[in-house]
Amino acid sequence: MTAAPLTLGRRRRARHQLSADRGTYLVLGLVLLLSIFPMYWTLVAASHDNSAISKTPPALLPGPHLLDNVQKVFEQTDMRLALNNSLIVSAVVTVSVVFTSTLAGFAFAKLPFRGKGALLGIVVATMMVPPQLGIIPLYIMMANWLHWANHLQALIVPAAASAFGVFFMRQYLITALPTELLEAGRLDGCSTWRLYWHVVLPIARPAAAVLGLLTFMATWNDFFWPLVVMTQQNPTVQVSLSALQGGYVQDYSLVLSGALISTLPMLVVFALMGRQILGGIMQGAVKG
Amino acid sequence: MAVLTKPRVRATHVAPRARHGLRYRLDVKGAPYLYIAPFFLVFGVFGLFPLVYTGYVSLTGWRADTPGSEDTFVGWRNYADLVHDPFFWNAVKNTIGIGLISTVPQLLMALGIAHLLNYKLRGRTFFRMGVLLPNVTSVAAVTIIFVQLFGRDYGMINWFLGLFGIGHTDWQAGTLSSWIAISVIVTWRWTGYNALIYLAGMQAIPFELYESAALDGASRWKQFWMITVPMLRPTILFTVIVSTIGSLQLFGEPLLFNTSQTPTTGGSQHQFQTLALYTYDQFWQKFKYGYGAAISWAMFLLIALFVVVNLVAARRMRGADAS
Repeated sequence: MTAAPLTLGRRRRARHQLSADRGTYLVLGLVLLLSIFPMYWTLVAASHDNSAISKTPPALLPGPHLLDNVQKVFEQTDMRLALNNSLIVSAVVTVSVVFTSTLAGFAFAKLPFRGKGALLGIVVATMMVPPQLGIIPLYIMMANWLHWANHLQALIVPAAASAFGVFFMRQYLITALPTELLEAGRLDGCSTWRLYWHVVLPIARPAAAVLGLLTFMATWNDFFWPLVVMTQQNPTVQVSLSALQGGYVQDYSLVLSGALISTLPMLVVFALMGRQILGGIMQGAVKG
Repeated sequence: MAVLTKPRVRATHVAPRARHGLRYRLDVKGAPYLYIAPFFLVFGVFGLFPLVYTGYVSLTGWRADTPGSEDTFVGWRNYADLVHDPFFWNAVKNTIGIGLISTVPQLLMALGIAHLLNYKLRGRTFFRMGVLLPNVTSVAAVTIIFVQLFGRDYGMINWFLGLFGIGHTDWQAGTLSSWIAISVIVTWRWTGYNALIYLAGMQAIPFELYESAALDGASRWKQFWMITVPMLRPTILFTVIVSTIGSLQLFGEPLLFNTSQTPTTGGSQHQFQTLALYTYDQFWQKFKYGYGAAISWAMFLLIALFVVVNLVAARRMRGADAS
């Protein structure tokens, strides 16, 4: 049992693994099935009319009504506006978080300044503070002082920078950004801004992409704060979903079509960029 | 520090640099603060200030439906009321109960899945992406989906359990059944994510440890408990703390799991009204800003307490191992 991985290890240096047996595949296959099934079933339910859902045994294959149902969701709810709003908010927040995080991450990783350690400590500490705790004053600020309630900036501005992002970029840049490169740039007369733009950003790109993906998905999926500060007249996708769920008309195939529409963009992102997200989560785990 | 002072000293003696002496010094000294300023500005205004202000609001009798009430200072009265509020203690009980059911089995399963994913697998990336899939979906969408799956009359889960002769369960009606259903939603979304975190930790464990254990005749099961789990301890502590903080703030799941017209009550008997849901109920439905803020602070204390308990327990365990 030990011989095989040993020789394998000599070849691949330090990465040894035991081979999986049939039981492993069986259990993992079951886990995979459980992971995928609710999404698959949503597709099934969204492609039938309401009566098919209450059949016994339940339908297990997609039906012919998907497009009808999707069309009904767009006709009967503000889903179009909601998708638009969510797209704008998620895109702006993502660009802003990537920008502010690479900037601050660069400063914390490579620039000398007084109070750096203490300030970085504050950044890390703020990651531990649950954002929900300030929700009432935050709403008061938005509604009574800034008059931003029900406007998209109420979702964008508070999320424009993130402690996680700053720390994530700092951890990446501290090893990925060669100090010699910065010194060489300085000797050539580069200002700090030019260093950031021409040296730091290109090197930060892989981590920035991961951060951007994670931020985009988190913003798209955010529920509590949008529910508090937005209304059904100007909803995000998630707020719109909660209205669909709480509606008087209980057309389940419609509700599930809404869930499907709201999730589809995330599934597309995941299908295209899943590897990067995977890498980001696992890397973050080791470094964080 | 030394890294950047060197070129600077040199630069001031180089002819072209000397012209920009002041600007250069300003740039080097000022730029770092300028670059970290956006984060601290946003955090200060929209993070720190609301947190502190919550403390102030919790000492007032502020009600949104009573003009002028924002300046009525009531001292500790909201907190005194809290101690005698049965709904508050009910919410504490529900939050901790659901928190335990949703995190303990979840993290144990994640550990097991990570262990399996750590074997040499064909289709490695496929399996990893598969377990991560639930995590990219939103709380709102997933809860809506699971409400249907947990439906009393036509739900897939009752149908499936019926195959084994288990009668139809009204998942929303009971205390334990609603706790289990909500925990299933949380567990479904987060198990794969935590498994990948554990997997990352496992890959950093030196293989030599397993080799020597195998030479000593330790079974795979024994290796898992004697090597993998102890070596993963920092990662496990990290996931326990993050999961604890998350589960104590549970909101979207219990809100949307309730299909009645009064979703903030957490069920007809308040059987799954969590602390976050109760805060929202008092603040949003009952317009009690002051009281809601007091609940927020109580929640913060509870979270801090649990994190400290986790840290102390972790230290104890380490100490017990050492001796």
